[in-house]
Amino acid sequence: MKRLVLAVAALLICSGVAAREAPPLAADQQVEARLMAIAEELRCLVCQNESLAASRADLAMDLKREVRELIRGGKSDAEIRDFLVQRYGDFVLYRPPLKESTLLLWVGPFMLLVAGFAGVAIFVRRRRGAQSAALSAEDEARADTLLQKRTDA
Amino acid sequence: MRIALIVGFLLLVALLAVGLTRDPREVPSPLVGKPAPAFELPRLGEGARFSPAEMRGKVWLLNVWASWCVSCREEHPVLIDFSRTKRAPLVGLNYKDQRGDALKWLARYGDPYQLSVVDGDGRIGIDYGVYGVPETYVIDRAGIIRYKQIGPVTPEVMDKKILPLIGNLER
Repeated sequence: MKRLVLAVAALLICSGVAAREAPPLAADQQVEARLMAIAEELRCLVCQNESLAASRADLAMDLKREVRELIRGGKSDAEIRDFLVQRYGDFVLYRPPLKESTLLLWVGPFMLLVAGFAGVAIFVRRRRGAQSAALSAEDEARADTLLQKRTDA
Repeated sequence: MRIALIVGFLLLVALLAVGLTRDPREVPSPLVGKPAPAFELPRLGEGARFSPAEMRGKVWLLNVWASWCVSCREEHPVLIDFSRTKRAPLVGLNYKDQRGDALKWLARYGDPYQLSVVDGDGRIGIDYGVYGVPETYVIDRAGIIRYKQIGPVTPEVMDKKILPLIGNLER
């Protein structure tokens, strides 16, 4: 009981402290919104499956600082993306442009899909052909009599 | 039919096997073949500020290092050996480090660099597309980046790639 009273008292003391709104992370929220929109589309080079926006890696923080400054400097989104591509290559873009070096990346999966469909089509057609050829006239007659028996019974 | 299936399967295995041998952390640098980005930075030791323009007419190496970087220690003996041969100037870019730590590190493991410059906030690193220290650039007489090594320089990389390249560029 004593413990409970103590716990409640502790909670009451804390609640006064916690009741403050979190301050905004950045002074300029418009810049921050644009930064996040751009960084969402960029790959973090240290932790390659994370976007720049989500990453807390040192380099990601530095790159975000750089992008923030470019935004403040009045650069367009395309110019900022170019800035990073010039340094880190198309790899930083989660949606790389369609060109010779990225052709396989864009077309490859569809080629595999088409090959898969072709494989299935050939497989199904062969099986169907094999089945219809398997029944000779004799077999057909036997099947007929067997079926006849069942309906009679 | 069965043969076609097996061949298809083996092709897929081959494709994936080749994929597995490649290192996804090695991102081809778009900077190879382009001029080395200009900068002017203070030296780690004594002396005036350094700019890559001073190296015009020489084939030289720029090595990005830091005292906090574990794999830098791995490549360090290779760089020390390289500097003893005096084959080409080696400049260090001390990346996002503390001056005191960096100097201590050099005193402890040896200093292979002709000079090191200080990139405290990593801005020049970004210009050079640095994303995993250590990185090493081979820069030709005209100031064009000819090769970028991502990660430690191994004795093999030094003997098979960097040294022959220096030879070619000096011809």
